Amino acid sequence: MAHGSGGKLSHDLVKNIMWPAFANDILGQMHDGAQFMIHGTKLAFSTDSYVVKPLFFAGGDIGKLAVCGTVNDVAMNGAVPLYLSAGFILEEGFPIDDLQKIVTSMHKAAEEAGVYIVTGDTKVVEKGGVDGLYINTAGIGYRLEGVHISGQNAKPGQDVILSGYLGEHALAVMGERHGLTFPQSVASDCAPLNGLVAELLAAVPQIAVLRDPTRGGLATTLNEIAVQSQVGIMLEEVQIPISPAVQAACDILGFDPLYLANEGKMIVFVDKKYTEQVMKIMSSHVYGRGARVIGQVMEKPAGQVGLRTTIGGVRLLDMLMGDQLPRIC
Amino acid sequence: MLDMTNEQVKKAAEFFAGEIGNLAGSRKIRLMEVCGTHTVAIFKAGIRQLLPASVELVSGPGCPVCVTANEYLDTAIAYSRQPEVIITTFGDMLKVPGSSSNLATEKAAGADIRIVYSPMESLDIARDNPSKKIIFLAVGFETTAPIAAAVVLMAEQAKINNFYVLSAHKLVPPALKALLMAKETHVDGFLLPGHVSAMIGMEPYQFLMDEFQTPAVVAGFEPLDILQGIYMLLQQIHAGVPILENQYGRIVPQKGNVRACEILAQVYERTDATWRGIGSLPSSGLKLRKEYVAFDAKENIPVVVEPTKEHAGCRCGEVLRGNILPTLCPLFGKNCRPEHPVGSCMVSVEGTCAAWYKYGAGRWQG
Repeated sequence: MAHGSGGKLSHDLVKNIMWPAFANDILGQMHDGAQFMIHGTKLAFSTDSYVVKPLFFAGGDIGKLAVCGTVNDVAMNGAVPLYLSAGFILEEGFPIDDLQKIVTSMHKAAEEAGVYIVTGDTKVVEKGGVDGLYINTAGIGYRLEGVHISGQNAKPGQDVILSGYLGEHALAVMGERHGLTFPQSVASDCAPLNGLVAELLAAVPQIAVLRDPTRGGLATTLNEIAVQSQVGIMLEEVQIPISPAVQAACDILGFDPLYLANEGKMIVFVDKKYTEQVMKIMSSHVYGRGARVIGQVMEKPAGQVGLRTTIGGVRLLDMLMGDQLPRIC
Repeated sequence: MLDMTNEQVKKAAEFFAGEIGNLAGSRKIRLMEVCGTHTVAIFKAGIRQLLPASVELVSGPGCPVCVTANEYLDTAIAYSRQPEVIITTFGDMLKVPGSSSNLATEKAAGADIRIVYSPMESLDIARDNPSKKIIFLAVGFETTAPIAAAVVLMAEQAKINNFYVLSAHKLVPPALKALLMAKETHVDGFLLPGHVSAMIGMEPYQFLMDEFQTPAVVAGFEPLDILQGIYMLLQQIHAGVPILENQYGRIVPQKGNVRACEILAQVYERTDATWRGIGSLPSSGLKLRKEYVAFDAKENIPVVVEPTKEHAGCRCGEVLRGNILPTLCPLFGKNCRPEHPVGSCMVSVEGTCAAWYKYGAGRWQG
């Protein structure tokens, strides 16, 4: 199970099994999606399967997640997502009312994101063949001119900017699944980020890296970037936005919010001279209100992420190991 | 939560670190943080970097998963192979190595093993599966044992007769006593666990003063709690007057949680227990009283357990006794890593070796 959690074991699985079988230049980009050209048009293409349990949770459901997740993956390529496909695998006897609610929610999310679901597929399997409902979506969009986004673009002199508060999605799903009552309620942050991405790139096409910290959380995502760019990343603990509600729930459950999945947050790497501009746009956007500069890129230690703690110590911030939380997206 | 700004926290931390340095002088001082939560908090906050090189922090036997003996894991694994059994457990038990398998492997092979976040979920599972036997793996110190006891009482009241407990609950004070009596580990002072103490209060530690004259401070888990706790220990050591002190008064009452202790005493009684790396210690564990024997898995469900084997080369035992730091184990970071743990200390998030590895000991190159 831990091989699917987005942490080190997931990486090993992709590296050792998937990559040798499918190896090609486009796959080798190691991004949230593929970047390529067709007849002179620069495109971005991404796919994701959604197996979240339970299907409905505070702040969203599997349908909203399936649209936003793929929209965000396409957008993180510096692209404008346009069209989505949707594949449904249903367990025999799945309630039609629930399905209705889920597709309505998908429609709503697509409408907000300004994308269309243009092709799809539905399969029904025997009872026990799947757990209720799984959805796969794929999305395609065009990449903006003059923009070059890649996990390999992090360089010393850049700031690391996070668009808002961490950990809400993972905790909302966990809370629902286990019937947990937290000291303060937590709702998923699930949201389409393509609007904010478009605004940012229109104003600051120099943005170097865009990534949404989903499975494995902020810590794992930054480790990936540090390795891909062979740079060091130093974070300031006091700057990392974590709400009291999330912190309280994490304290009870023994989770670290830096490793919890988000579905409506993004990380931006940009040269320091553009930081103010990025912060201004983020802070005035509904999905970037909690934005903060959380750290910076350094030459060393290459491939590692460090955290300067509140009391002034420095420690390694490692990738996620194993499955902190299974089936949250 | 402390009601302080980040700036104030940093200032206070600098003050404590400075005072600790002054009090320690050039003298080598070895303090033991007993609790796994402290071990993790010390790393998370980067506390070691603020301390002078002469003050060494070693971890003690305070991670419940780590001190759970192979034999217990082997028993749980043997139960999980019985088709009519559902095992319920906290998630961190899954990967703890037994003699030849672990629960994660058994789960992947088809055993019905379910992760719960509260032992009470076991009762719902018992109700939903009347033809199955639900065995809860009751592992933990005085902090979690009262909750397990409460669940047994709830099961009795609800007349649930397919719920069982496989108990490996352990008690902190007897382990400290055993460490001091063995005289193998030199400790100048104990940072005592805040959560355990919130349950049992201060009195059970009095023997540290009366019999061993060893400084001891119960401390909380915020960075400043820990720094202040260390500062208080240094003051005692400097003055040469050991006292049992409570830094965590906002959470730990002198008498502990009286009601929780009553529930615990109603359901459980003390028994000898085997600690990984330490061995069998008298009256250091808990077993169900005879009035509740109907809920005791071992007394009701026959099981054949494989002979216990220890893992060659693994030095978890010495780590748990505070004798060596994890980096001295030849397996650390090589054969033994969080994704492939050989010893129990690498499994739990509160395991000493896991904390050392995760937070970069020997790896951070910054």
